[in-house]
Amino acid sequence: MAESGKIDPMHQFAIEPLFGTDHWSLGGFNIAFTNSALYMVLAAVVLWIFVIGGMKRELVPGRWQMAVEYMTGFIKNLLIANIGDKGRKYIPYVFSLFMFILLANLLGLLPLGLIGMHPFTFTSHFTATGVLAIMSFSIVLIVGFWKHGFHFFSLFVPHGTPIAMVVPLFFIELVSFMVRPFSLGLRLFVAMTAGHVLLKVLAGFVINSANASPALGLTVGTASFILMIGISALEMLVAVIQAYVFALLTSVYLNDAENLH
Amino acid sequence: MPQIAQIADTYSSQIFWLLLTFGLVFFVIGLGMVPKVQGTADARDAKISGDLDAAKAAFARADEAEADYRVRDAQNRTAAQAVVAKAKSEAAKASETKLAAADADVASKIAAAEARIQAASNAALAEIETVAADAARDMVARISGVEASEDAARNAVKAALAHG
Repeated sequence: MAESGKIDPMHQFAIEPLFGTDHWSLGGFNIAFTNSALYMVLAAVVLWIFVIGGMKRELVPGRWQMAVEYMTGFIKNLLIANIGDKGRKYIPYVFSLFMFILLANLLGLLPLGLIGMHPFTFTSHFTATGVLAIMSFSIVLIVGFWKHGFHFFSLFVPHGTPIAMVVPLFFIELVSFMVRPFSLGLRLFVAMTAGHVLLKVLAGFVINSANASPALGLTVGTASFILMIGISALEMLVAVIQAYVFALLTSVYLNDAENLH
Repeated sequence: MPQIAQIADTYSSQIFWLLLTFGLVFFVIGLGMVPKVQGTADARDAKISGDLDAAKAAFARADEAEADYRVRDAQNRTAAQAVVAKAKSEAAKASETKLAAADADVASKIAAAEARIQAASNAALAEIETVAADAARDMVARISGVEASEDAARNAVKAALAHG
């Protein structure tokens, strides 16, 4: 990219099959082990190592155990605050979801490009975030219909609706309900993509202005670089917040299914 | 935008690997390990709240014991004061009777002594009269040569002593 004099801020999102796995397939579908899959595995492995540190089960915890218990306790409190005591049974799912997304976001921010690797954030792909969103939405549907049967449709008619408004409101609420998986998946995808693009565009400014002339490099380049430092910090915050928002919205939707008004 | 440009080539691989990795995360970590971690934290919370309850109960028992002790202390104090007061009054009575007895003894001794002194002084007076009467008779006999009678001398002495 750099040798062509043009920096493509989108290249970071390119998916490439790794090491001759190009033609792996399952039932005719391509399942090549890509750089995206590599980061999914990395996120899973890092999460596994993290949680192993919490398995010492000591009464007086060490730092690592404390950290793991802090995270599980955080998810537990989130679920209890949103769903009540019945929310405890969703701790394994929401914890997996939150930590998996969080680690994906953070691992994608590692400055591995400095040593010639291709850092990749699979949460910037809606094929990945869409699967997670549909998974959460399916659980909401399954729990809702399992617990309440067709009564679950009363979710679309808020309490105290005048009779004349029941039918229009039903459709409005139905649409807002059906939009949930899209907003859930697209929010994460857009937030990660936008931040990463912005960082790469600013990095392009630094490189191109420095190549153009020392004066431009010192003014535009320095300003862009300072901005990049701030935005990098912001991106770490966004990585945490987006994972939190995903887990929070999942628990809010689960509350609808569990408690139905 | 590779997310859209590559979607036809990569969607199956993305979905497959995401389901595989997230499935492993959910079943191995979420279901296998997280409940144990959370169980440890819950057990600790339960132990802490149990210990706190036990400490509170122990505090309550200690307060009760102290109140009990105060009540018994007050009772013992009043009982001891009663015993002391009784002993004091008994001792006062005993010393009063002893004093009365001693007083009576002393009074009788004084009376006897006074009687003895009275008798001695009477005897002494009588002696003085006799001696004085003898002396008076002697003086009368020497001066006038008349032998005065014993009775007359005695009366004269008595009259002189009485006027003394």
